[in-house]
Amino acid sequence: MSSITTRDSPRGFSAAEYMTCLTGIVWREGLRFLHQRERFISALVRPLVWLFIFAAGFRQVLGISIIPPYETYILYEVYIAPGLMAMIQLFNGMQSSLSMVYDREMGNMRTLLVSPLPRGFLLFCKLLAGTAVSLLQVYAFLLIAWFWDITPPAIGYLTVLPALILSGLMLGSLGMLISSGIKQLESFAGVMNFVIFPMFFASSALYPLWRVQEGSPYLYYLCQANPFTHAVELIRFAFYGQINWISLAVVAACTIVFMIGAILAYDPSRGLARRGPAGGE
Amino acid sequence: MPRLEAAAVPAMSIDGVSHSYGPRRALMDVSFNVQPASFTALLGLNGAGKSTLFSLITRLFGIQSGRVGIFGHDISKSPGEALRLLGVVFQPRTLDLDLSLTQNLLYHAALHGISRREAAARSGELLGRIGLSERAGSKVRDLSGGQMRRLEIARALLHRPRLLLLDEPTVGLDVKARADIISHVRQLVTEQGIGVLWATHLFDEITAGDDLVVLHQGKVLAQGPMSRVITDAGAQDVNTAFMRLTGAQTMPGGGA
Repeated sequence: MSSITTRDSPRGFSAAEYMTCLTGIVWREGLRFLHQRERFISALVRPLVWLFIFAAGFRQVLGISIIPPYETYILYEVYIAPGLMAMIQLFNGMQSSLSMVYDREMGNMRTLLVSPLPRGFLLFCKLLAGTAVSLLQVYAFLLIAWFWDITPPAIGYLTVLPALILSGLMLGSLGMLISSGIKQLESFAGVMNFVIFPMFFASSALYPLWRVQEGSPYLYYLCQANPFTHAVELIRFAFYGQINWISLAVVAACTIVFMIGAILAYDPSRGLARRGPAGGE
Repeated sequence: MPRLEAAAVPAMSIDGVSHSYGPRRALMDVSFNVQPASFTALLGLNGAGKSTLFSLITRLFGIQSGRVGIFGHDISKSPGEALRLLGVVFQPRTLDLDLSLTQNLLYHAALHGISRREAAARSGELLGRIGLSERAGSKVRDLSGGQMRRLEIARALLHRPRLLLLDEPTVGLDVKARADIISHVRQLVTEQGIGVLWATHLFDEITAGDDLVVLHQGKVLAQGPMSRVITDAGAQDVNTAFMRLTGAQTMPGGGA
């Protein structure tokens, strides 16, 4: 059978084709996002509830001492703002990746996966697109938070961008990795309980880790080992024009590991193949 | 059994493909070819393994054993070249309902690396051919079932594939829409020389000149030109031939 070849010689793909594909995927994700106004509003309301209600109520309970990157005493609202930015990305990453599991989305996933471009590249584009959407959500949040006296130095809005891109990619690829392992997604609740809540609460998003250490050393170590803590700290420092190198290293390493894991999981000979027939009655 | 006609690279060759979901065997040693410029009907009841086969060809699942080639390109070894020559219409709808017709087409073109300008030109042309030019800017959600299917076919043709797979494309459509789609796809075969694999359980969608592959419980029971399959089964029509071959008691959609 080796004599069977076609006259079209394989030609691979040009850089322009890769670029077209990337912009196409980001463009579509953006369009879909604009059409899903409820998703945008709930993505915005969630952190604002924390900011307006939780932080206001909690302000008197928890004293914040001066810890880097802060140079003065700060209000609790100011402390949790970076954690809330990361929370937006956490939800977005889980939602956009897990939505792939839904049947309707499975259809959309199919159109993506029959693209002739390498599958790893397609998934990477998808992650970038999801991250871009999370950036829109975060900056909308920051705009409102500004009126609530969350006012970093102006340059902070710029320096936080690369941190947000990296943390967005990390959380998106984590979601994609989880989505590949889930057979059926009856509800978002399971992921909420087992991924989002533990990650969010066992992190430095709501309380500085030195306070956690006073209460429970074990929880402290758990928080330190939580990649989400490092995403929060990376964002927190970048928001004030600084770099937290340890967090940067952890987030970068986790991004690479999760992304490779997700790409392997969506390799047709592995992850999805273990699943039952999709759409085949 | 390789066919030896002149320069006969089949549009698609399926060689000894088997697939299991755990202990359940969905496909058993399935082999058949689709020739260029031919209409091959993959006939089977629900659960025969048609959708599994489609999932393997489109790389949704990995191939456990056997080989799928598209114009000689092994789908596992050089998926890029194989998928480039392949257009697919899946059974479940896979359009973005909230996007416009044009936006859906442009997205698909981007996935194939087709530049924006070229994509816009081809989209306009294809929308014209399926008679939906005036609807180009409306949301897909507002289309009828038949129009959506026509759009999906147009989308599958956007990157100019030479092989088109359709998985029960007429499910849920009314008589008129069904007839439109069948005649459109048959035109693609005769006018553009596209090889078509049409999965169905509706006997009346098949006509005398078609190639037929009868798939039942994961096995190919018969294949070849329709007339031969019927004679070999000692029957007068597809309906009876299918019943004899499978021992089926029911005739879904038979002769409707």
